Amino acid sequence: MSTTATSPVPGKPQQGKQQPGTPKSASEKAPAVSAKPVTWKVPVLLAVLGVVAFIFFGVMGPNQTARFGISSSGDFFQLPAIEVPAFLGGIVLSVLMLGLAGYAVYLKTRNEASPGWLPIVFIVLFVAAFLIWVVGGARTPSISLAGLIAGSVTLAVPLVFGSLSGVLCERVGVVNIAIEGQLLGGAFTAAMVATLTKSPFVGLLAAAVAGAVVSMVLAVFSIKYLVNQIIVGVVLNVLVSGLTGFLFSTVMQANKAQFNSPGRLPIIDIPVLSSIPVIGPILFKQSVVGYLMYIAVIVVWIGLFKTKWGLRVRAVGEHPQAADTMGIKVNATRFWNVTLGGAVAGIGGSFFTLVAIDSFTKEISGGRGFIALAALIFGRWNPIGAFFAALLFGFADNLQSIVTIIGTPVPSQFMAMLPYLVTVLAVAGLVGRSRPPAASGIPYVKG
Amino acid sequence: MSEQDKPKHVADENTTESPATRAPEGRAPEKTAPGPKTPAEDAAAATALDTAGGAMQPSAVPVSAQSGIVPGGADTLVRRIFTGSGIVSVLAVLLALILGGLLIASTDKQVGATASYLFARPSDFLSAVWTAATRSYVALFQGSVFNPRGSSVAVQFAPLMETLTIATPLITAGLGVALAFRAGLFNIGAQGQIIMAGILAAWVGFALHLPLGLHLLLVLIAGIVGGALWGGLVGLLKARTGAHEVILTIMFNYIALYFLRYLLNTPAFQRPGESNPISPILDPSAVYPQILGTQYRLHLGFLLAIAATVFVWWLLNRSTVGFEFRAVGANPKAALTAGINVPRATVLVMAIAGALAGMSGVAQVAGTEKVLTDGVAATYGFDAITVALLGRSTPWGTFAAGLLFGAFRAGAVQMQIQTGTPIDIVLVVQSLIVLFIAAPPLVRALFGLNPRKKKAATAGKSKKAATTGGAA
Repeated sequence: MSTTATSPVPGKPQQGKQQPGTPKSASEKAPAVSAKPVTWKVPVLLAVLGVVAFIFFGVMGPNQTARFGISSSGDFFQLPAIEVPAFLGGIVLSVLMLGLAGYAVYLKTRNEASPGWLPIVFIVLFVAAFLIWVVGGARTPSISLAGLIAGSVTLAVPLVFGSLSGVLCERVGVVNIAIEGQLLGGAFTAAMVATLTKSPFVGLLAAAVAGAVVSMVLAVFSIKYLVNQIIVGVVLNVLVSGLTGFLFSTVMQANKAQFNSPGRLPIIDIPVLSSIPVIGPILFKQSVVGYLMYIAVIVVWIGLFKTKWGLRVRAVGEHPQAADTMGIKVNATRFWNVTLGGAVAGIGGSFFTLVAIDSFTKEISGGRGFIALAALIFGRWNPIGAFFAALLFGFADNLQSIVTIIGTPVPSQFMAMLPYLVTVLAVAGLVGRSRPPAASGIPYVKG
Repeated sequence: MSEQDKPKHVADENTTESPATRAPEGRAPEKTAPGPKTPAEDAAAATALDTAGGAMQPSAVPVSAQSGIVPGGADTLVRRIFTGSGIVSVLAVLLALILGGLLIASTDKQVGATASYLFARPSDFLSAVWTAATRSYVALFQGSVFNPRGSSVAVQFAPLMETLTIATPLITAGLGVALAFRAGLFNIGAQGQIIMAGILAAWVGFALHLPLGLHLLLVLIAGIVGGALWGGLVGLLKARTGAHEVILTIMFNYIALYFLRYLLNTPAFQRPGESNPISPILDPSAVYPQILGTQYRLHLGFLLAIAATVFVWWLLNRSTVGFEFRAVGANPKAALTAGINVPRATVLVMAIAGALAGMSGVAQVAGTEKVLTDGVAATYGFDAITVALLGRSTPWGTFAAGLLFGAFRAGAVQMQIQTGTPIDIVLVVQSLIVLFIAAPPLVRALFGLNPRKKKAATAGKSKKAATTGGAA
């Protein structure tokens, strides 16, 4: 799914650089791997997944008919539900997957790289087969596809903001491990300020400021004091977690009504459009934060790849010396970009306390900052890629809670584990060769 | 050890961009002719060493901190002491405690009450601030080191024993993180490694019934193997595919946690007749003996932690493998050119790091908890990172840092009971300590300790080395 992301603009230079640059840029790679332009990694991974799918989803597939509802009762027009015999569906899809894997192996024997669409189609097929398998094996083999997708988007909101923050920081050459802290800081401040001012919108603004403040600490320590960026990030997460936990225990718990009861941001329902099946609720029935998410993805993408500002930002992230020579103020650019990234993540944090639930609790972000980090890498440091990767994680998260309700043979813990496993596979397999901005993580010292 | 004890970062001394230069005397920057061996050149050399002439990312641990010979001109002993990393560490702890105290005071009721008439009687306000902060810290001290209200000496020192008990998993996990740092790897995965070790060790402990001695040995080995496999897998993936270890270890933490939760709901691991996810109690033959009598929880694991520290010291400073680790950490390309098998070193260092974290898992299930729950790792895996950073990735530094953070954790419980200050304050103080230690120029500036070297100050501006980058 991530590969969808590789839009023509960032994709081109990346691929162009990758071929000659592989041995250079990936210094930590094993020489045997980096020396070859085409590796066995993708074909082997696809083949293994294909066999797994064939055995589990196909041969050992359930015998029920899986039913996927598409329309909800209030929709503009109704679409019939899709009904798939689980066993047959599993066999057909896994055979298709094995075919794709075979094609990738065939290409590899001719020393050609698999085309970009191949892994995407494979992932789509795999997810479809998985869904059919999970639903087909459930006690009540019927789920609402529309509800599943809408829930996924909702759960993905903080992840998208978090990974956008990561994109903004890493593109300018600063690794942002502190996304978790920025989300948590945003969530806390949003709850606090929204309660004090009795206005969720002010809370939303305050969340952005809080995220920016956390980011500024990251920026100051990594840019001015040249402290290792990963260290600062890790420590900042602990610091924010401790601070918010401390203030929650001392201030918020003692007086919930006065400090910890922000109102919720209203869900803005755009008439007619929101009644379109499936995409209506996703695009036209969101909170302000939800709409902001779509805007932010597009704005960051356009900003990074279509404007002068973005070109400069990327120059600083790729080759600070060159950027400096061209008269770009490297460290100032970094500072403000990191701050901006923090503000974006802070808005994402407000989702927890202003949209999802209307109060703050300790560790409310629950490690989602790290998933956002994974989404960013999965999405190849591209806003749109990160968006789709975050959606995938939101999807897995939502699927987990839904299948627990309908009762599947898969233990819920394994469903919960899925996003992380997928990330490991993605990082090690599909996007392992993708390249972070060259100067990411390296402090710039003029001279 | 002595080598790493005083890694005097050149850059630390030469920074001008720090507020130091704007400090009291307000020296105007003046250009100086570069001498034959100016600190600036040393700093540049250190940078070049760290980044292989800018060709690669600097490792987690600056090379200049890794070798004993630190570039830097002759310096007086006194200045060395007062500007060296030792005093900075102490000041960083002090500063973090002060800020933590202010935070405690800011939410204190008495402070709030006196603040309302601050300008009428500021002394009330100040004394309230002082009382609020010190009351908590006194409770922290009494809960972690010495409690004068105890009825006997044994009871008075019980808090200290508790500190050592809690420090045990912190030290071994911290050593794992520190070792990986030295090889240039960020091992965020101690949490998952502790969990995997805990799973294996606990299973051997309650499922097998073996004679005394052999049983405990097998528990220990199982834990170490569990951690080593989980860590080594990350190393293998990194070496084979080039995936970043930070992402891998974070993901592996979650995978391990959910795997543990799954296991605790299976008949093989869940205690019979229990609906909560908790394992059977380990056999008496499978748990660490309590080394100072049954009134303290302190167990054999602490002695093993000391042994592990000695082992890591030996490994890093006296063994060929350790030399390879440090070489890879300093500059993987140079290490490769020198004939070091970098992928092998990556796998090996992660496996050993995992094994060390695994010892923490064993200390948890066979030492303090004696059962397996999904909270087996608590937050030791994440605390281990700060422990390693505070210990500057040296074995004995990590040991000392582990003791300090163990004291914080042990004392915080008492502090919460006695004064109502939430435990979270410990997280704040811990993270502030590491932040300050990572940025020596900031601490020196705040305490007015910046080196009074004009030459260094001005020359350093252009070549501020990346060496400050290593808190580790």
